[in-house]
Amino acid sequence: MAKYIIKRILLAILILFGTSIIIYFLVRNMPADYIDNQTAAQVQQGLLTQEDVQRMKDLYGIGDSSFGGLVKGYFEWLGNLIQGDLGISFIYGQPVAQVISKYMWISFGISLVALFFQIIISIPLGIYAATKQYGIADYTVTVLAMMGISLPSFFLGALLMRVFSIELGWLPLMGLRDATQILTGWPAFVDLCKHLVLPMVTLVILSIGGMMRYTRTNMLEVMNSEYIRTARAKGLSEHTVIYKHAFRNTLIPLVTMVAGIIPSLFGGAMITESVFALDGIGYVAYKAVIQADIPFVMGYNMFIAVLTVFGILLSDLLYIVVDPRVKIK
Amino acid sequence: MDENKNQTTFETDEFAGESLYDSVKVISPMRLVLKRFFRSRLSIVGLAIIVLLFLFSFVGPLFVPYAQDQTFYIERTVKMSAKETFTGADGVAYELYDVTEGISTDKAPPSLEHPLGTDNNRMDVLVRLMYGGRVSLTLAFLVVFLETILGVIFGGLAGFFGGWVDMVIMRVVDVFICLPGMPILLISSQLIKAIPAISPDARIYWLMGILTVFGWSGTARLVRGQILYLREQEYMTAAEATGISSFSKIFKHLIPNVMPQLIVSMTLGLGSIILYESTLSYLGLGVQYPLAAWGSMISMASPANGGQEILSYYPNLWVAPGVLIVLAVLAFNFVGDGLRDAFDPKMKR
Repeated sequence: MAKYIIKRILLAILILFGTSIIIYFLVRNMPADYIDNQTAAQVQQGLLTQEDVQRMKDLYGIGDSSFGGLVKGYFEWLGNLIQGDLGISFIYGQPVAQVISKYMWISFGISLVALFFQIIISIPLGIYAATKQYGIADYTVTVLAMMGISLPSFFLGALLMRVFSIELGWLPLMGLRDATQILTGWPAFVDLCKHLVLPMVTLVILSIGGMMRYTRTNMLEVMNSEYIRTARAKGLSEHTVIYKHAFRNTLIPLVTMVAGIIPSLFGGAMITESVFALDGIGYVAYKAVIQADIPFVMGYNMFIAVLTVFGILLSDLLYIVVDPRVKIK
Repeated sequence: MDENKNQTTFETDEFAGESLYDSVKVISPMRLVLKRFFRSRLSIVGLAIIVLLFLFSFVGPLFVPYAQDQTFYIERTVKMSAKETFTGADGVAYELYDVTEGISTDKAPPSLEHPLGTDNNRMDVLVRLMYGGRVSLTLAFLVVFLETILGVIFGGLAGFFGGWVDMVIMRVVDVFICLPGMPILLISSQLIKAIPAISPDARIYWLMGILTVFGWSGTARLVRGQILYLREQEYMTAAEATGISSFSKIFKHLIPNVMPQLIVSMTLGLGSIILYESTLSYLGLGVQYPLAAWGSMISMASPANGGQEILSYYPNLWVAPGVLIVLAVLAFNFVGDGLRDAFDPKMKR
């Protein structure tokens, strides 16, 4: 087991190395970077010369855009990364790691609550659909789940905003807090929660479909296995067969799936957060990409890549732990 | 399969002169798959939606005399109101409403000539929907096609040769799978947006290239896994014994057996490409104005971009493109699901 884990971690480092090369070269080739954008006006007015701008870029290690310069810049960046330094964000003027940890929690909160609802809605529905395979209930649940998968987040967001905040006026349209009044303490928390309802609902609707279908497929597979036939032959009630015998084995793939999701909760939902203009990590990263905040974009992408690799690793390891039939070669 | 059960029974007396083969109705595997596919109601619905969408976006524009970027100045009077609050000399707060009439030429309501009205650039919404559909559907098919070619080549090589070839290819696949999808697509779109040599019309092809480059890895993984399994089958030992080249072993014996899984994943892939494309267009990084795309039509109603007025009062501008995206993705998912069930020999139904 220990040998397997070490092997997987070494492999993960190799994968992250490859990922970082691709991301770095893409990011460095981005058009006008933040420094260009910020200094364009002064250069035009003659307050700054091109040389000044170039000096500034050199200071941040992004001056040389030739291939050799990119390679050199990459290794400088990698060296800093190994020392735990992701650089300083152009927009926020703070270390990238600090900016990420500042905006990460709001995204994590939204996603965690959404994941909770996703689980308690989709698993029972999936099991119900599987027990009534090809019945009306199965078709209804399948079609609804498919619709959830097929909805673009921005369209669902727009619909929810239109109905619940413009038409009915129940919930605020967007942002994280009410700008018209200064709130503290409990009312401020209630206000924050109100702002988070629509984004959470969006995330839940988008994600239940996938998990529900996954549950249904696994449940059907388990229901076809022989020990279920034995259980039925013993004369157990259908309820006991489904919820005591079948359900437990359906949980195996679900547990590993959820374990794979958990790290990604920190990464934020870029589009949903942008639609609702929530200052989560996803929206911050979106703005950073648009404004070409190179250190931040690099840091954020690597953060996401690490989370992805970690999620895959976690779900593979958990699979071995929860399913005794799986053996490491 | 109740109906098939009886197909092998025949009356011995009547067909005495004929061989057994003549009297048995042979159903090819392809026919069997199609039969099972069309038995599912959802697959038929999906297929019908796809056909209708194709007719709408490729044949529809032939019947409409307008171009997608043609502007219409339709005058209509609108009430413009302004509100002002002030405290009068008597110390009481007054609210003053100033209502005037003005002439507006954009966002015309639905009419006979323009069934969905015109948008804030005074262009016909219905026509733009048709051209937007062309972009989404064309792009989706091209990307999935290219992705599949790349995926089959790399996955096939990795699965067939194994060893270090497999090792190298699969590590590259791992790297691509761990790349954060949306941020990378945003960055790449920014990149091609900035290259002046690319005309707005040609950008869609660059977009297609990007979606392909970051999307082939899943297909490669699927093909490799499947080939690893098929390689151990007995018919492959037989093929080996005939002494044919590895090229024909891969492309004549292995790939055709991967096709069922491949077709299913391609169909489901079409839906997800449409979602990606519309998201990029929504963010303004896809097909550029004045060309139409479903995503960018919805982005006009985004309150974050100052589209709250459209979101509140002009649902004819943004609901239809959203519904079309959902329909398209849903249809491909239905068909993909139906195909998966139809190809699965274990399905008892």
